[in-house]
Amino acid sequence: MLGCYKVLDLSGRLGWLAGRILADLGAEVIKIEMPGAALDDAEWRALNFNKSLVQLDTANRINKSLIERMFATADVLIETASPGDPADDWLDPKCTLALNPRLIHVSITPFGRQGPRAGWRGSDLEIMAAGGAMSLAGDPDGAPLRVSIPQASSWAGAHAATGALVALSHRSAGGQGQHVDVSAQASVVAGLAHAPTFFDILGETPSRAGSKITGRSVHGAVYRAFWPCKDGYINFVIYGGPAGRRTNKALVSWMGEKGLELGPLGEIDWDTFDPKLATQDDVDRIEAPLRAFFNTVSKSEFLDGACSREMLGYPVSTVADIAADPQLQARGFWRDLTNPDGSKERHCGSFYIADGSRPQFQKPADEAA
Amino acid sequence: MSAAPQALADLKVVEFGGYAAGPHIGKMLGNFGATVVHVESHTHPDGFRLEYPPFKDGIPGVNRGGCFAFFNDSKYGVTVNVKEPDGLAQARQLIDWADIVIENMRPGVMARIGLGYDEVRQTNPELVMLSTCNMGQSGPRAHTPGFGSQLSSLAGFCGATGEADGPPMLLYGPYIDFIASLMGCSAALAAFDQRRRTGEGTWIDISQYECGLHFIASALLAYHRDGTIAERDGNRDPEAAPHGAYQCRDGCWIALSCWSDDEFSALAETLGSPHLAGDPRFATIESRRSNTQALEEILADTLRERDVTVIAGELQRAEVAAYPVNTIGDLFTDPQLDARKTWRRRKHVEIGEQSYLMPAFDLSATPGDICHAAPLLGGDNDKVFGEFLK
Repeated sequence: MLGCYKVLDLSGRLGWLAGRILADLGAEVIKIEMPGAALDDAEWRALNFNKSLVQLDTANRINKSLIERMFATADVLIETASPGDPADDWLDPKCTLALNPRLIHVSITPFGRQGPRAGWRGSDLEIMAAGGAMSLAGDPDGAPLRVSIPQASSWAGAHAATGALVALSHRSAGGQGQHVDVSAQASVVAGLAHAPTFFDILGETPSRAGSKITGRSVHGAVYRAFWPCKDGYINFVIYGGPAGRRTNKALVSWMGEKGLELGPLGEIDWDTFDPKLATQDDVDRIEAPLRAFFNTVSKSEFLDGACSREMLGYPVSTVADIAADPQLQARGFWRDLTNPDGSKERHCGSFYIADGSRPQFQKPADEAA
Repeated sequence: MSAAPQALADLKVVEFGGYAAGPHIGKMLGNFGATVVHVESHTHPDGFRLEYPPFKDGIPGVNRGGCFAFFNDSKYGVTVNVKEPDGLAQARQLIDWADIVIENMRPGVMARIGLGYDEVRQTNPELVMLSTCNMGQSGPRAHTPGFGSQLSSLAGFCGATGEADGPPMLLYGPYIDFIASLMGCSAALAAFDQRRRTGEGTWIDISQYECGLHFIASALLAYHRDGTIAERDGNRDPEAAPHGAYQCRDGCWIALSCWSDDEFSALAETLGSPHLAGDPRFATIESRRSNTQALEEILADTLRERDVTVIAGELQRAEVAAYPVNTIGDLFTDPQLDARKTWRRRKHVEIGEQSYLMPAFDLSATPGDICHAAPLLGGDNDKVFGEFLK
């Protein structure tokens, strides 16, 4: 879809996904890397596939001039230069936009290029902390936690791609290029769902509830989300609404088929049950019989059974579970590529299907890296 | 409405569906000037209106939901009953008017009510339709219903969060929905750009599950390479040490990390314990990783005596990565988010003043805005049907 556009990707880790998204959407993305960069790193390869690679020492004046000449024909520039670092002055948007007023210059930094903490350092951990995500993850009695697979750069990259395309749309409608300033910290806030609204409207501060789910009851009742099963955990929550009612009825029926004790579950009229009005006592009573049920199923048994019964709920997957998921196979999600040395790599394919087919990678492995 | 130039001022968007995954896309487009119409019905209002707190004063009501409002600012709200012929005709009118239709129904629902892509492209061949759902439009589990909070488990996020010897952890809400809405927004804009150049419409099929997997792409590649399974490991990191969150004197927490021996020396100096850098247990990354427990205890004891904001500033001046673990309340006073005008207050007819979230990208020439508060149920019927479609 973006086949007529050229993207220069000078980014570090914070920007890799942005370029990958634009490449998946069809743009020609040229990844510029320093000689000696760790190109075999799984993170680098996963997020820089589908781009062309040019290795240049950007500290070299001649190479800088070469890249600056590339600005003239580029539509989008993605960079992650540190604000205020004199070595990165040449990537100041004032300079790049002077060279090419039609350029969409995307800067991605931990905290944005402007503001009192623009120059602060932040890795994944600090950015997830600054964006509020850690305050919502972890046991209430333990430390706030991050996701062990780093997330902040992906949030920043996904925002950057969207910001670039909003700016590109303006240019396509007759406008000029401009600077797109992406803050990874602010990007993380998007993943907090509606948690900020509780503070804003009611003065309540949602906080980490461990493996329980909060924010679903006007009485503050918390619902269990994770249930030990035969080979791991299942995520199942007593919900309301049409899908919740259908799920709750199907679960009771499934438990009946297994001959399990229903206890209070058998007495509830699910058509009138409303989880947002339940007290903690109500919730505890309802949830008590569920533990025995989940002990009888494996992750895959639950996934298949819940699917056939049109129930809400999913197993807690590992990467191994995901790799074996027939749903992804059926949709042609994976892309198998052969490296120049003959080794195989399995990558996540393009993130969307257009008019019934998933776009192929533009660059075979031996050209891309 | 903002007087500033708007990047998407010529874009018309109609949304069918509800909750977060679809509406968050329209909200972002609306923030940059698109005219976005959110379609509901009186019998089936958006599920976020009534099913999810918080509500104004804690009292549920169809126009009192802060959750619905949070994802639907900068839009117009209409009610259409597609089960009636007149309502269906109105829905078709809206789709014929639109450049982009966003829907997050279960697969097949739009077609069943006569609004599937193959049907509506007959009268609007340049239409971009974006369909987003848990599993995508095809595959053996396409019709599985699901919420993003649980899909985040299937996609590996919850299993990768928590202590190594403890259970998985929630990420609060439908974490993965916002990954898919961001990536879906990019796909819709790319399709619209293509249409502008070629006149061709496109049907985009977004699986929220697949989008989420791009956020753990490196762990998946590592597994496919050599069978490595990414496990939850608290706040530890394979490269940095220390790397964690520590409680301070005021009960707040600070997150900090050291990625080199120089940074650890700076940390030790800043904490008034320069001898730690010379302690053989902590002198190198490798030794610090081997003696994590001892180091964690020393840091916990030391930081418990410090004020979080003060020590964060001191560590940053010493070039050590550190930031207070912002609570949800802290996000509204964080000086950096404030400087970026991340939150913008707009007055809603029933909720009153509410803070809305701007997307995390600032555009220098076409800055965008929270154009107006979220709509009442059917609150813009006259404007949309009487003016936009006239």
